[in-house]
Amino acid sequence: MRLKLVPDETNWDFMRWRHWTFGASVVAMVLALVVWAVMGLNFGIDFLGGTTIRTESTAAVDVGAYRDAIAPLGLGDVSITEVFDPTFEAGRNVAQIRIQAQDGAEAVTAETIAQVEAALASVDPSVTFPSVESVGPKVSGELIQTAVIAVLASLAAILVYIWLRFEWQFSVGAIAALVHDVVLTIGVFALFQIRFDLATIAAILTIIGYSINDTVVIFDRLRENLVKYKKTPLIEVMNRSVNETLSRTLMTSGTTLLALIALLVLGGDVIRGFVFAITWGIVVGTYSSVYVAKNVVLMLGVERDPKAPSDAGTQFAGPGA
Amino acid sequence: MIQIDAWKRVLILGVCLLGLLWALPNLFYSRVEPYNDAAAAVEAGAVSTPEIEAALARWPGFLPSGLVNLGLDLRGGAHLLAEVQLEDVYAARVEGLWPEVRDALRDVRGEVGTIRRQDAPPGELRVRISQPEGLQAAVDAVRALASPVVSVTGVGESDLAVTGAGDVVSVTLGEAERRATDDRTMQQSLEIIRRRVDEAGTREPTIQRQGADRILIQVPGIGSASELKALIGTTAKLTFHAVSGRTADPETRVDADELLRPSLDEEGVFYVLERAPVVSGDDLTDSQPAFDQNGLPSVTFRFNPSGARAFGQFTGANVGAPFAIVLDEEVVTAPTIREAITGGSGQITGNFDVEEANRLAILLRAGALPAEMTFLEERTVGPELGQDSIDAGKVASLVALAAVVVFMVAAYGLFGVFAMAALGINIALIFAVLSTIGGTLTLPGIAGIVLTIGMAVDANVLVFERIREELRTARGPARAIELGYERALSAIVDANITTFIIAAILFTLGSGPVRGFAVTLGIGILTSVFTAIFVTRLFIVLWFERRRPKTIEV
Repeated sequence: MRLKLVPDETNWDFMRWRHWTFGASVVAMVLALVVWAVMGLNFGIDFLGGTTIRTESTAAVDVGAYRDAIAPLGLGDVSITEVFDPTFEAGRNVAQIRIQAQDGAEAVTAETIAQVEAALASVDPSVTFPSVESVGPKVSGELIQTAVIAVLASLAAILVYIWLRFEWQFSVGAIAALVHDVVLTIGVFALFQIRFDLATIAAILTIIGYSINDTVVIFDRLRENLVKYKKTPLIEVMNRSVNETLSRTLMTSGTTLLALIALLVLGGDVIRGFVFAITWGIVVGTYSSVYVAKNVVLMLGVERDPKAPSDAGTQFAGPGA
Repeated sequence: MIQIDAWKRVLILGVCLLGLLWALPNLFYSRVEPYNDAAAAVEAGAVSTPEIEAALARWPGFLPSGLVNLGLDLRGGAHLLAEVQLEDVYAARVEGLWPEVRDALRDVRGEVGTIRRQDAPPGELRVRISQPEGLQAAVDAVRALASPVVSVTGVGESDLAVTGAGDVVSVTLGEAERRATDDRTMQQSLEIIRRRVDEAGTREPTIQRQGADRILIQVPGIGSASELKALIGTTAKLTFHAVSGRTADPETRVDADELLRPSLDEEGVFYVLERAPVVSGDDLTDSQPAFDQNGLPSVTFRFNPSGARAFGQFTGANVGAPFAIVLDEEVVTAPTIREAITGGSGQITGNFDVEEANRLAILLRAGALPAEMTFLEERTVGPELGQDSIDAGKVASLVALAAVVVFMVAAYGLFGVFAMAALGINIALIFAVLSTIGGTLTLPGIAGIVLTIGMAVDANVLVFERIREELRTARGPARAIELGYERALSAIVDANITTFIIAAILFTLGSGPVRGFAVTLGIGILTSVFTAIFVTRLFIVLWFERRRPKTIEV
């Protein structure tokens, strides 16, 4: 008895909803951009500079008392949040304290951190500081720059690779799908004000990688079918290709999601934002492979030369062993 | 008929077995780690103690003992990003030129008249001469001090830039010399930091140059970044100067070739010193904590031959006069010279306690940092938080793995079992590669492995789905398996190359945890492609050959 997510032969008309889904994608992207513009991103110290201190205590976290203890130090904007996590046992109370970058201080001052730690210890003697991180404003500026370059460089590299392996229309379609995924992910980060730091950039790049993986598999099948069914209209070939790869798409997304959900629930709060971004990205990426990438290719049209060599789709093929 | 040559079978199975073997030590982390430490200690010539023997007995020596380095976020420790103030060195270099320049100009006194040093910005030396018409002679005399730059890029260029205007000669370092100096400064800083960190006896520190003027320092197991800063950040610049006076007035005006320095332990006492040191800490070869004749903690030091000679000459010529030992711009002590000290060794006494004397000795022994450093980034992760993360990561990975196994076996039956066996080998291979190349496993790195678990399945799914399709056209199971692999290959390769491109970009541009993620992702892609197209396939072929099924169900 086999688990089958979809029947062996499906012939669903996926492309029938292309206008609706494409419209929905455009609306979602616009919404994401608006949310991003209005609410902004909750940048971590990687990008803003400043200090974060993680506290752990056997006593319950009293945010007000913490705030009162730190306020006299005159450190400017200090945010204190209590961290909840299902993996914490009872009697383990964790808080995250963020202090803005201090004006004019290029280097991080150990004195400031020592003052804050002393102030907190006076409120709650059982408090410990499992992690303290400081980033100077000079470095954080460079980190933003590097992060943006990393994302753009990945997009460019993928654009070139797909263009070399397929045709330019596919390349444009793939990039449109990736931009869609990135924008929606950033939108979700802005909407829920999840901390946006270097790990988030890694997550976004992972999403790009995953989404392109998915897109390439469907493109690969599409290219094969375009050679096989030379006379069939493009839209029908696309439908067929999506149907043929549907089972694989759902299996792969399913197993990856299973793994990620395990990490999301049990992996601890330190990497939760990171894992959440990837989980969300995989859902969006799976959708965009079908409805954004393909739609764009459909709109651009594909040049179909009936005389084209029929082995175009199997350049790398051949038994590997 | 599906076939794999015998030698290929041996090769594939051999790689799998090697992978399992190399990954093995990681299962016994707490045993292998002391073993490695003990082995390293013996290698370094340590005398065997019962502890070392016990540690060595805990792991058989014929097995591989490479371990995955745990990143700071997993093990706990401190991370610092320091920026070296390269300009400091230009100033020190130019400063050191003054006696030579003075002597060179004195030699041409007839043409340039009297000379007087002028105040100048750091990194520049200005000398006023009393006869402006002798400027060219003065410039030529100073230029004669310059020597060719010692570096590959600066061949043919001179190390000093000497200019003259009116009655002032100005000396700075030339462009090529600055570049060469920058490089030397960075290498020297790296070396000194490494020595200081090693003196403290921590394990596997990472000390790397980043870009033109930065150094990344990561030390596992150290309590906090401030502790690390205290260890490496202190410049501990030691110099010996001739003393020209003593005063209680901090506003005392001194000549351009003199310095005013406070006393370390006498409140309100200042010394007027000759600016150019007699000997500097660079000439120091050894330094040990000791006790002086009164039984108080002190620090002994020993000079190299040239330092000993200079020190011997100076003390010989100045018996009865005081000289000052200056540490980090403070006068530690200013004893009177009783006789020429020719042996090149001496003792610093001061108001130290034993711990301070010990620390000072370490700092002096490791040499002075050539330039000051500012810290741009510092991170401390406590060991408990790291352990929590490891535990959480372990549980999550096992649950993820179990879920994927159930799902795959339910969907593909026996073929799913093959794929999962290959996945197990895949994970072992990732750990084997990481252990062998000394890669570092970070928290995002664990996420990278979990993601690989998900993605590794993809290649198998692509193949299995393809086999299912080929089975429908009913040309026999062997043909279906062969075609399945053949036709899925292009999609597998394309999909993985694109992801690999991203891992490569992340590795190049990323730092810290992002890099750790890129490493595990990149290795994971390589090993998962290998296991999906070679290992799973070999399992299927081996099974097929034994059973010869007429029909298969995938």
